[in-house]
Amino acid sequence: MLEKALVGDKKYWTWVLFLMAIIATGFLFYLRQLGYGLGITGLSRDVTWGFYIAQFTFLVGVAASAVMVVLPYYLHNYKMFGKMTILGEFLAISAVTMCILFITVDLGQPMRAFNLILHPSPSSVLFWDTIVLSGYLLLNVIISRVTLESERKGIKPPSWIKPIIILSIPWAISIHTVTAFIYSGLGGRPFWFTAILTPRFLASAFASGPAFLLLVVFIVRKFTRFDPGREPIQKLAQIITYAMLLNLFFILLEVFTAFYSRIPDHMTSFQYLFSGLDGHSKLVPWMWTSVTLGVLAAVLLVNPKTRQNEKWLIFACAAVFVSIWIDKGIGMVVAGFVPTPLGAITEYWPTFPETMITLGVYALGFLMITIFYKIALSVRGEIST
Amino acid sequence: MSGIDRRNFIKIAGLTTIIGLSGKPLADAFASQPAQASAAEKEGHVGKRWALVIDPKKCLEKEGCRACIDACHRIHNVPQFDNRKDEIKWIWKEEYEKAFLDQENEFIEDSLKEKPVLVLCNHCDNPPCVRVCPTQATWKRQDGIVMMDWHRCIGCRYCVAACPYGSRSFNWRDPRPFIKEIDKDFPTRTRGVVEKCTFCNERLAKGLPLACVEACPEKAMAFGDLEDPESEVRQLLRNRFAIRRKPYLGTQPVVFYLV
Ligand code: SF4
Ligand code: SF4
Repeated sequence: MLEKALVGDKKYWTWVLFLMAIIATGFLFYLRQLGYGLGITGLSRDVTWGFYIAQFTFLVGVAASAVMVVLPYYLHNYKMFGKMTILGEFLAISAVTMCILFITVDLGQPMRAFNLILHPSPSSVLFWDTIVLSGYLLLNVIISRVTLESERKGIKPPSWIKPIIILSIPWAISIHTVTAFIYSGLGGRPFWFTAILTPRFLASAFASGPAFLLLVVFIVRKFTRFDPGREPIQKLAQIITYAMLLNLFFILLEVFTAFYSRIPDHMTSFQYLFSGLDGHSKLVPWMWTSVTLGVLAAVLLVNPKTRQNEKWLIFACAAVFVSIWIDKGIGMVVAGFVPTPLGAITEYWPTFPETMITLGVYALGFLMITIFYKIALSVRGEIST
Repeated sequence: MSGIDRRNFIKIAGLTTIIGLSGKPLADAFASQPAQASAAEKEGHVGKRWALVIDPKKCLEKEGCRACIDACHRIHNVPQFDNRKDEIKWIWKEEYEKAFLDQENEFIEDSLKEKPVLVLCNHCDNPPCVRVCPTQATWKRQDGIVMMDWHRCIGCRYCVAACPYGSRSFNWRDPRPFIKEIDKDFPTRTRGVVEKCTFCNERLAKGLPLACVEACPEKAMAFGDLEDPESEVRQLLRNRFAIRRKPYLGTQPVVFYLV
């Protein structure tokens, strides 16, 4: 089936080459990081996790959200999602791959990564995260391969795949739950030390992931004969709506608990994010952008008139995606380190090499999405090749 | 997590040396470990629960004194970077209010409030850094010392996020060029691993006192076995009121500060 990725028109190849150029640039910068060490990044003794780990956290959500098309299709027999499930699964594969790459580029000693398997430590959440992430990757690879293969042959998928698909549903929840546990289990970091972090992660995932999927669907529909139909798009838009409302509600719960209790430890990180602390306010404009876009998207999504209008829907999806990306892909991780356990305020900002490496990983993920979708749609004859 | 005895540690160290593709100098340093360990079994300090008691008042007698910090950093090959970002430190001075962010101030004499306090790894009895390490590169010995295996650390920095005291440093870049004078008796680290104070385990094994305790001109620090009722640390804790950093987190630090 791979040969389907090797034929395409000029637009396709320009896009593929563009992505490859970014990947190559990112890789060159990664070699520099290997030579110099992580000191090449904007990280410091005070803020020890930054962009890489934040992207990993964000993308786990995108990966987990595939479940939002798989679940209605298989559990509720919602056949309308049929055309989109394979896209969801491929999105999951690409997103998990990016997650694993982001963890890898963040390691100080990547050559020793196998120590995770050689000396496993069941008390470490990171160990479990590795397990659930690779398991989820494997599940989705098997599922998408088998279903696509039978589609190509025009036969029904074998019956043994059904339980595996059902298994992938709780598994998707688990990857995001375990990722949230990495943070919420640390007593020394008040900003993360909150039981609502996990539901918050899930809500934001089920908003941002499907929003991204919808955006991709719109793009694919523009360039190919693929069309999932109006109803499933609207259904997914509803899912995004509810998830986004929950996400905003959960953030409000956090803010209430912190500021009504007036416990300094619980307030300072929020203050840093939204108003700045002691004159340090690098993230303030970002966070307000995130809030503004989030609220705007919620309004557009709740109002049936705008939700049903595709132009507005596209805008709302983009707003959801960017809003949650800022919240999780920048703010959440950094604010856990500000202020430090010793009350110091050290700001963090990704350096140029760090940004290039990040872009490289994203480009690789997009390349995977492109190739997978190309194959899937060619198999279905939805692209002329 | 129970502790690991020394023999196991040697096995682990040996194994990770082979597997870890680690730097040669480190491997050499560990190759000499078995000899040291067997000697330790005969003559080294053996404790059940090592602890450190610091008297901040005595510590302040000599203004600007850094004897303990310099001694520790010198013999442990701790690099000195001129920027805060790459900084590595095992023991250092922190403003009292920063070291005890959560303490009610009325307990403390006014004169101490803004004065510096020595801080270092607390060798917690219930250490979150050990719990989170995915490779057991950070582990607790039976005598309470929280150890690090620099060959096994993958540099994920989960332990740094977990330590509520900011006790851990990460080698953002190659530390060797920034060590003033390399002490051949102690391994240097490579870039990409975490490090921290190890209660001079290598000196304890030889029956020597902690470097910082030894270097202190004011005798402001006492080291000893918490489980020995006659030890100096127990006597100090019996007679004086002592506080610990962030006790509410349940980490059970064994570095005590006399009030
Ligand atoms: S002070 Fe920090 S590094 Fe030291 S044992 Fe406790 S948690 Fe671990
Ligand atoms: S950085 Fe090293 S010591 Fe710390 S948790 Fe990761 S592997 Fe363990």
